[in-house]
Amino acid sequence: MTAKIAYDGVEVGTELPAQTFTVDRATLVRYAGASGDFNPIHWNEKFAKEVGLPDVIAHGMFTMAEAIRVVTDWTGDPGAVVEYGVRFTRPVVVPNDDQGATIEVSGKVAAKLDDNTVRVDLTATSAGQKVLGMSRAVVRLA
Amino acid sequence: MALDQSFVGRSYPPTEPYEVGREKIREFAEAVGDPNPAYTDPEAAKALGHPDVIAPPTFVFAITFKAAGQVVQDPQLGLDYSRVVHGDQKFAYVRPVRAGDRLTVTSTIEAVKSMAGNDILDIRGEVHDEAGEHVVTAWTKLVARAAEEA
Repeated sequence: MTAKIAYDGVEVGTELPAQTFTVDRATLVRYAGASGDFNPIHWNEKFAKEVGLPDVIAHGMFTMAEAIRVVTDWTGDPGAVVEYGVRFTRPVVVPNDDQGATIEVSGKVAAKLDDNTVRVDLTATSAGQKVLGMSRAVVRLA
Repeated sequence: MALDQSFVGRSYPPTEPYEVGREKIREFAEAVGDPNPAYTDPEAAKALGHPDVIAPPTFVFAITFKAAGQVVQDPQLGLDYSRVVHGDQKFAYVRPVRAGDRLTVTSTIEAVKSMAGNDILDIRGEVHDEAGEHVVTAWTKLVARAAEEA
């Protein structure tokens, strides 16, 4: 593993570069195929509304995959991720229009741990609301 | 209907090996829009110290969740899957999943709870490679929402 960020160069409170990810209906169809999760709440508006959702929603695992990119783009080596966990608190609602939805992700170093690892706390929001809770990664730095 | 507490600790037999392919990793990385070359270029992955391209951190969920199907669909447990939502997800990695891995998953029920009429199920999936080495552990919390009053 060869992370490009040095452990000695970060401290508690160090902010990772924030990123914004867009997701539209085509993104969800593609993710369904790649992940094998064909639950119709992620592509069928009629079905989603029948089960009480406002509209089609993104796969929680899609949002989880996007959020960790703030960490893996920072370290360079995705293999440096030692732990990663999230709570799915609110769905990312994806309207059927030209814009889709956006997911904004920021992260900061919350703790310096043993063995050159740090804990990064991530914040993910869509339409102004948090969509992930307890979103934390432990990553090994150089 | 509350789930049976006696299922806590129950383990299911390991799955048949899932062979991780380079092109499947590429497809997944493209689907999440991630251009990191460690996912698609073996030379870039080697420069980082990996023997072949590695998979994005959440890739393995497709494998562990399929394995968790043994639990979710266990007729003796009786979970109402049509009401299930994904509550929490966590991974702890010994090393990244990489192309060429042949992975088996052993699923265990860690906890069964009932809260406000919701059934909550915690499943742990231990992922091992062909040599029997531990690669990653995945914890999945599923919540079956209470059925509405008729």
